[in-house]
Amino acid sequence: MKPMTATVAITGMNAKPDNPGPGLAVARCLRESSDFQGRIIGLGYDALDAGLYLDDLCDASYLLPYPSAGDDALLGQLHNIQQQENVDILLPCLDAELPGMVRLLPALKEMGLKSFLPSAEQLRLRNKDRLPELAEMAGIMCPEIKTITQAGFFYQCQDEGWSYPLVVKGLFYDAYIAHSADEAADAFRKIAAAWGFPVLVQEMVKGEEYNLSAVGDGKGNLLGPVMMKKMALTDKGKAWAGISIDDQPLLEASVSLAKTIQWRGPLEVEVIRDTQGHYQLIEINPRFPAWIYLSFGVGRNLPLTLLQLALGQIPDKFTQTQSGVLFIRYALETIVPLAEFEAVVMRGERGAGRD
Amino acid sequence: MTPSDKSNTLTENNMFPPPEVLKRLAISESGFVFDPASGHNFTVNETGLMLLRLMQKEQRLDDILKILTTEYDAEPRDIERDILDFVSTLRDNVGA
Repeated sequence: MKPMTATVAITGMNAKPDNPGPGLAVARCLRESSDFQGRIIGLGYDALDAGLYLDDLCDASYLLPYPSAGDDALLGQLHNIQQQENVDILLPCLDAELPGMVRLLPALKEMGLKSFLPSAEQLRLRNKDRLPELAEMAGIMCPEIKTITQAGFFYQCQDEGWSYPLVVKGLFYDAYIAHSADEAADAFRKIAAAWGFPVLVQEMVKGEEYNLSAVGDGKGNLLGPVMMKKMALTDKGKAWAGISIDDQPLLEASVSLAKTIQWRGPLEVEVIRDTQGHYQLIEINPRFPAWIYLSFGVGRNLPLTLLQLALGQIPDKFTQTQSGVLFIRYALETIVPLAEFEAVVMRGERGAGRD
Repeated sequence: MTPSDKSNTLTENNMFPPPEVLKRLAISESGFVFDPASGHNFTVNETGLMLLRLMQKEQRLDDILKILTTEYDAEPRDIERDILDFVSTLRDNVGA
């Protein structure tokens, strides 16, 4: 097969070791594939996003305005990038940017940017506050979730049948396990300050967490599923090490979810196998996870599959995955000359137009 | 095997992991065991390794006891108790 020579722009180049964005891992999957010889444009939101400076992964890098700056600011910067780089495919990797990107799809298409994203309705269906509804449609168990707007809830929630510990979550990011009303109220305030309202409270499920990543083809099929069990966590509960597994109940649940919502694009399904052996749906993330490099490790390059779908190609057939393959994440420093940092801070770009 | 014989196998006893769980375990010569469904790994000693392999072959409890009694200088009752202890730990490790 002739290697792909497309130019792909990837977001999520932040790489804080305790909670890295998925962009670096997605770029790495592509860069290390013999079937990809295209250019990679790294997109970040902060001049300290490490991926912006990694020449072996990104041919050029740009800053994007934060979603709070509005659609016009984002379109303006994407237009600038497009003029410089002639990007074929845009691959967003962060939860918070998905609603905006999906809303702007017609404008992106007009710019010549291809993508393979879910519809706005599909995105809404997997919102954390609607998970129980979706889980019921797909025939999967799900812990109770409630949307709250006042910390006072935590001091009377036991009257409504809630018990501690429980999980306090942001709509897009962050989750804290709270063992008391005071802890929960503190978590509520932190999340509200960082991510706004609403804040979610979820019943705590004790058990072991299992994750699956795949690509939905938009016709109800789940392509190339890769399953993983976390073996070590960062302080933020992110996988620091994990191992590939072959878990039929997780696979069946994920197939059912993809079929129910006709999912289109990358996804990550998070479940907990509770102490009774039941699988409880915890989250569905509308993007590749930061551990997606494991998909390359087990012979299923899911980011490459996504590019093939975005280009209207038929994805390569998947080989059988091998269970028992580990990833162990580690932190590295990259050396950045002041002039390059200055370019990102002052112009929002680095290596523009470089071959 | 007749139905009455079958009830005497380790794996038919509901105290023990089901045959499909035992068969999926990847067991190395070093005693490193990996469960591809749960992602758990654990290690067993030489005796545990022998026991696991016999269990994977769905050997009967009395056959396993006979084999281990020949191998080890211990009372059959003690060996049987050790087998049950081992299986209890095994169940925890494979979540079955």
